Amino acid sequence: MTGVPLAWYLILSALLFSLGAAGFLFRRNIITMFMSVELMLNAVNLSFVAFSYQLKQVNGHIFTFFVMVVAAAEAAVGLAIILTVFRNRATLNVDDISSLKN
Amino acid sequence: MDVVLFLVFAAIAVVCAISVVVQTHPIFSALSLIGVMGSLAVLYLMLGAEFIAAAQVIVYAGAIMVLFVFVIMLLNAGSEPPRGRSLVAQVLGFPLLVALLGALAYGVGRVLPESPAVVFGGFRGGGPREIGLALFTDYLLPFEIISVLVLIAILGAVVLARKELP
Repeated sequence: MTGVPLAWYLILSALLFSLGAAGFLFRRNIITMFMSVELMLNAVNLSFVAFSYQLKQVNGHIFTFFVMVVAAAEAAVGLAIILTVFRNRATLNVDDISSLKN
Repeated sequence: MDVVLFLVFAAIAVVCAISVVVQTHPIFSALSLIGVMGSLAVLYLMLGAEFIAAAQVIVYAGAIMVLFVFVIMLLNAGSEPPRGRSLVAQVLGFPLLVALLGALAYGVGRVLPESPAVVFGGFRGGGPREIGLALFTDYLLPFEIISVLVLIAILGAVVLARKELP
C-alpha cells in the first residue's frame, strides 16, 4: 500500500500560502485582496490537518475549526467595511483609499 | 490510488489558486476560490478529517463565498485595469518564483527527511464524535470565547452595513 508523503501536503500548503501572499501584495482590488487572505487561511488549515494526521491527535482539527469560525467573522466584518468604504468613496481600488497616508 | 487522488486534487487546487491571483474580474477569482476550497475538502477527507471536510464545504464554500459573491454583485465590481509591470519584474519574476518554490520544497524536505506516508484510513479520529468530545471538554473555554467573538462580529457587521438615516 503506497501512500502520499506528508511533506507533499506541506509543500502544497506552502504553495497555496505563497500564492495567497502574492495575490495580497500584487492585486489592487480590495475584494480580491480579501480573497487572497482567505486563500492563506486555507493553506494554513491544510498544514494543521496534515500535522494532526501525523501526530494522530484531534487538536489540529479543533484549531482548523476555530480558524474557520474566525474567518467567517472576519468575512462578515470585512465585507461590511468594504460596503461602507464603497458607499463613501465609490471605489474598490486600494490606491484610491489612502487618506491615512496624509 | 492515494497518490493519484492527491496529485489530481493538488493540481486542481494550485491551478485554481493561480487563477484566483491572476483573474482580473473578482467574480472569476471568487469562483476559482470555491474550486480551491472544494479540492481542499477532498484532501481533508484523505487525511481522515471528516468533520473538517464537511465544515469546509458548508462554512467556507457555502457561507463565506456566498457572502463574497453577494457583495461583488451588490457593488457591481468591474474588472481591474491592468498595471504596467516594471522591466525588472518581467525579467526576474519567474526565475525568482522558481527559486522560492525550490527553497521552500527543499526546506520542507530537509525538516521532514523520512516522513511517513499518508494512507487513507490511517487516522480515524476526525469524526464529529471525537471533535465534539475535544471541543466540549479540553477546549470549552476557547469555544465559549469564540462564540462571543462571532456575536460581536455579527453586531459589528450590522452596525457597519446599516444605511445611515438622514
